[in-house]
Amino acid sequence: MSLHFVEFELNGCQIDGMVEARRTLLDFLRCDVGCTGPHAGCEHGVCGACTVLVEGQAVRSCLMLAVQANGKTVETVEGLSGGPKELHPIQQLFREEFALQCGFCTPGFLMTLVALDRSEPRPNAAEMREALSGHLCRCTGYQGVLRVIDRLTEDRK
Amino acid sequence: MADASLSVVGAPLRHDSAHLHVAGQARYIDDEPETPDLLHLAFGTSTHARARIVAMDLDAVRAAPGVVAVYTAADVPGANDVSPVAGDDRLLADGEVVWLGQPLFLVAATSRRAARQAARLGRIDYDAQEPILTVEQARAAQSLIEPTQRMARGDAVAALAAAPHRLSGQLAMGGQDHFYLEGQIALARPLEDGQVHVLSSTQHPSEVQHLVAHMLGRSSADVTVEVRRMGGAFGGKESQAALYAAAAALVVHHTGRPAKFRADRDDDMVQTGKRHDFVVDYEVGFDAEGRIAGLCLRLASRCGATVDLSPAINDRAMFHADNAYFLGDVEIVSERLKTNMVSATAFRGFGGPQGMLAIERVMDAVAGHLGRDPLAVRVANLYGPGRDVTPYGMVVADNIAPDLIARLRSDARYDERQAAVARFNAESAILKKGLALTPVKFGISFTTTHLNQAGALLHVYADGSIQINHGGTEMGQGLYTKVAQVVAQAFGVGLDQVRITATRTDKVPNTSATAASSGADLNGMAALDAAETIRARLADFCARTFGCEIDAVVFAGGEVQAGGERMPWATLCRRAHMARISLSATGFYATPDLHYDRAAHQGQPFYYFAYGAALAEVVIDTLTGEHRVLAADILHDCGRSLNPAIDKGQIEGGFLQGQGWLTSEELVWDAAGRLLTHAPSTYKIPTANDRPDHLHVTLWDGANHRPTIHRSKAVGEPPFMLANAVFSALGAAIAATCPEAGWPMLDAPATPERILAALARQRDGVRA
Repeated sequence: MSLHFVEFELNGCQIDGMVEARRTLLDFLRCDVGCTGPHAGCEHGVCGACTVLVEGQAVRSCLMLAVQANGKTVETVEGLSGGPKELHPIQQLFREEFALQCGFCTPGFLMTLVALDRSEPRPNAAEMREALSGHLCRCTGYQGVLRVIDRLTEDRK
Repeated sequence: MADASLSVVGAPLRHDSAHLHVAGQARYIDDEPETPDLLHLAFGTSTHARARIVAMDLDAVRAAPGVVAVYTAADVPGANDVSPVAGDDRLLADGEVVWLGQPLFLVAATSRRAARQAARLGRIDYDAQEPILTVEQARAAQSLIEPTQRMARGDAVAALAAAPHRLSGQLAMGGQDHFYLEGQIALARPLEDGQVHVLSSTQHPSEVQHLVAHMLGRSSADVTVEVRRMGGAFGGKESQAALYAAAAALVVHHTGRPAKFRADRDDDMVQTGKRHDFVVDYEVGFDAEGRIAGLCLRLASRCGATVDLSPAINDRAMFHADNAYFLGDVEIVSERLKTNMVSATAFRGFGGPQGMLAIERVMDAVAGHLGRDPLAVRVANLYGPGRDVTPYGMVVADNIAPDLIARLRSDARYDERQAAVARFNAESAILKKGLALTPVKFGISFTTTHLNQAGALLHVYADGSIQINHGGTEMGQGLYTKVAQVVAQAFGVGLDQVRITATRTDKVPNTSATAASSGADLNGMAALDAAETIRARLADFCARTFGCEIDAVVFAGGEVQAGGERMPWATLCRRAHMARISLSATGFYATPDLHYDRAAHQGQPFYYFAYGAALAEVVIDTLTGEHRVLAADILHDCGRSLNPAIDKGQIEGGFLQGQGWLTSEELVWDAAGRLLTHAPSTYKIPTANDRPDHLHVTLWDGANHRPTIHRSKAVGEPPFMLANAVFSALGAAIAATCPEAGWPMLDAPATPERILAALARQRDGVRA
């Protein structure tokens, strides 16, 4: 099996490795780099738990090959903050609004929300909710996530 | 003693791991660092639902790249069994297969991909037999997992014959996949002298421990099972986790290397059990008010190929076929059909939802027949004075359902909105709305009495920090937080003083599954018991040291007051340690007052009931069969809530999960017994857009009449059945197209196809 050299910027650090062409970005991040924030939920690109940002765009890392990230910038949930004690404002809102229960889907929701929050023009609450319907949560009734959206969009008014 | 005004208990405190979850630092089993010698596992599985295995040629599997070992049933050193009760679930098939997808052999390889690819290379010769798949086939063959059960009171047949009105009908309801976001996973590691440590995403560490030990032919003391958290479970990791844990332990046993089994999502959905689907036949007699005079209910469920927990699940369906209604002369017959499918298993509600949906359909059908408001029929049938004994002989002691329904009816403006819906429907040809208000009464306790016990282990360290461990498992429901609140309150300290640690069988033994909504009830009481033991020792120490009465020692606000002395909590802990006071204790709890005669189906299987009610408003498109849930108003009883924010999360999440069961989540098997809906691409759980725009949850304000932990009530399962209101509202919307045809024959899940079919039948005037 031939291996390919891949290097990209992950959460501000340059990383590299040798990967099979078919290795997904998710497996590369989790197994080779040890970056376990993106979670393997369905591995079909449906549940959204593995969502990361590539060049600022939210992508399903289970559907993207590691070699496709070559030369790009990749952000995962670990890169949003300096850790549990210095949370990004959206992470803080998630915590405050009980937007999680088991937490397995949470990193994916966060990455999509961060991408939406950074995008111009900024989407309104309804557009954010529509975008988040691409993420599955089995524990909550999505009420906390919707409160996060409300607070995010309120802040802008 | 502890100051009750210091309210850690009852405060809306955040989940103990929330800060870790949002930072991506909450560790799940698959996040554990992998060592280079780690083996990855996959099953080779059967392609027939029912067959004798003639031969297995696994040469190609063994020769595949990366494969280290391949195991079959012959390699199991002890019991080839991963079942919770009956001993009939094989780890690896032995001579026969009884469902399609059943594990035949186990591949251990250097990567997950290598294991999964090799697992497809087995050449199996089968002597295939005709599988039993449908209710009709199972009935014809009298294929049962246990004898048909009967719960009865009075003479239902005679009461039916004498009733002024009679109706009969049928309702089919589908099963449900748990779709926990974290799939099944186990990571086993070798310890010295043949011992094994297993990280298992399980609701039932003790059962995994016992099964792994028996499978290896070792004692329970040689196996330690640990789980810090699960990424969701919902009953799907009560008995189903054992398969993967046992597979990993088997590989450790043979290779001496650590082994991880993370099931692929499709494999997980094929290989693990789901909620039971049911077919219900009813015959009901009633008066002009809709009050039921006699009822015959036949509940039939497909239990799959093995027993699993089906007896208790189907019992719970019978227990909940009354819901909040008094059924005087009643006969409930429950058939537990054995079919060549993956064994159906526990899922939030555990048979309760199916029993309750059956009686709610009876209420709707009666109302449709009489042309009365369904809520009026429901209210006429509620338990009340002189009508307060369940079909299984238990008195409904705190019957708050009538008051709770009345309050929701008023607060959510049921009558006004029902009138508005009628006006809308009169003017709208294509879109039709429906509104329904349904109650929930759910029995709390394991109906298998001995399971109602729990243990805890509490350490207070000399620096004042506290570590609590108990037998319950954390699956996102906030159990760890609630138990930590109980402990903090007992010592009058803040929650930040309490560290709650991973559930481990070497800390608290012989535990029950975290199931039956019992987690906080049982483990909270066990933790309190341990805390009270240590608190009594400290109070005694203070009384002796400072010359005051034991009762005058107060633990509050992070301080301890003893007579004229006042000191920080940590100072007391240090002084107690220096004085050689034991600061470690176990705690235990066994739910009192439970008894049940299963042969007669009579007794008191529950400690108490949890109640709730929901009003749902829906709109359907009569051309496409599509629908939207527009609004849901919920009033739910958590007793005196331990944590209202966590409880509201359970209520909203349970409701939406129930809505999914009844609307979009459809399991489809083909004629060979192959599950066709084994991924989220074909199996649709609710998303943020399926949630009603208006979802309003209020907690009923009232203490549990039983002395539960701080008078709270269990909240895990009961809210699931609030979604029955959605199903009734959909029925009402369909009925509105042709009210004179009675209540529509709508089966669950109410997919667009089923709604269209029900609309067609309604137009043709087929009566329910």
